[in-house]
Amino acid sequence: MRHLIDILDLSTEEIREILDQADEIIAHPEEYRERCRYKKLATLFFEPSTRTRLSFEAAMLELGGSVLGFSEASSSSAAKGESVADTIRVVGCYADIIAMRHPKEGAPMVAAMHSTVPIINAGDGGHNHPTQTLTDLLTIRRERGSLDNFTIGLCGDLKFGRTVHSLIEALSRSTGVKFVLISPEELKLPSYIKKDVLQAKGLEYRQETDLAGVMPELDILYMTRVQRERFFNEEDYLRLKDSYILTPEKLADAKADLRILHPLPRVNEISTAIDADPRACYFRQALCGKYVRMALILKLLEA
Amino acid sequence: MNIDAIRNGIVIDHIRSGGAMELYRLLHLDKLDCTVAIIKNAPSALMGRKDIIKIDSTADIDLAVIGYVDPGATINVIRDGELVEKRKLTMPERIVNVLRCKNPRCITSVEPDLPQIFKLTSPETHTYRCVYCETKAEANS
Repeated sequence: MRHLIDILDLSTEEIREILDQADEIIAHPEEYRERCRYKKLATLFFEPSTRTRLSFEAAMLELGGSVLGFSEASSSSAAKGESVADTIRVVGCYADIIAMRHPKEGAPMVAAMHSTVPIINAGDGGHNHPTQTLTDLLTIRRERGSLDNFTIGLCGDLKFGRTVHSLIEALSRSTGVKFVLISPEELKLPSYIKKDVLQAKGLEYRQETDLAGVMPELDILYMTRVQRERFFNEEDYLRLKDSYILTPEKLADAKADLRILHPLPRVNEISTAIDADPRACYFRQALCGKYVRMALILKLLEA
Repeated sequence: MNIDAIRNGIVIDHIRSGGAMELYRLLHLDKLDCTVAIIKNAPSALMGRKDIIKIDSTADIDLAVIGYVDPGATINVIRDGELVEKRKLTMPERIVNVLRCKNPRCITSVEPDLPQIFKLTSPETHTYRCVYCETKAEANS
């Protein structure tokens, strides 16, 4: 039985298989409508995340399965003080696979240690969010045709932004990817990721504070939100939240085939004036999220 | 300074100078009823200065803890006043219930009954990380 807790749980080959499977589902959705018939997915969301939860539920429903679960801790037994291990042991009696989001880092790992059914980490605090990474990889591959040989700008909250950390780790296995890390000083990429991933693998990267200045060289621009819940201090949040806002003016010097990604939800870091630009692919990215989760559910259920 | 030789017990030798008290705490030696001697700043041809702990008992000692704190230390096992075994230490792959994770966002912060597990992620830099949240272990955690 396999779980997906960290994107590094998957080999490069397994990631390629999942992305291939997702492409296949997109090409022939009708062939997958019954593949998970009589199977149940439990979505255990100890903190709210509407998009991620709906994406998982839509994925299972499109595979012909059913869904059950809760969308916030207050409507679960966790509010009564039940441990993660006990919750998982019980839910494992009712569901065939579990997608779990939890505000505490490592909670899905605890779940996997006690589960009789596959666990998918749907986000644990500021730590891991592997299905977002799979979503990002599928989007990049579909938009560019390959996961190799491009320059990616990662912009915004690179300190607390877990999607950025996981994406860097996943792309560190590609060849010819250059990283431009664009953030204010306070939200720079943690040094252990620079040291353990970028430097350890000899990857080309540099740190910048000016988004517009690096725009002409980017093939992919990955925008992130400065998240209020990751700050201990409200003053720091208010001071930094508007640091990097993408506007049509900033795109003036961008490549014609640039692709703009964002894990969503956005607050104001991408102007809505950009939504109609064909280079904006964050809504296509959200759609990729459903297909890649379908592919992942199939893999973990061996369906 | 003379410390009586022990008949049956363990001598933890070649502890880096100043490290004995940390080991004393992490090994919970305060819980032992037997004689425990801590020798600080003993002269050493090899190290200049070193600490030594002598435990006059064959109590079970968690070698992984010593390997984590000071992999350069050596363990001498004494039986009937004779040195019967000398062990070199290595950094353990995992240490369990020795350190606590200090990350307030870690699941262990709200579920204190979970085993506190740290794994060796970089032998070169002697780095251990929490298996749940991957936060780096801090000295004196």
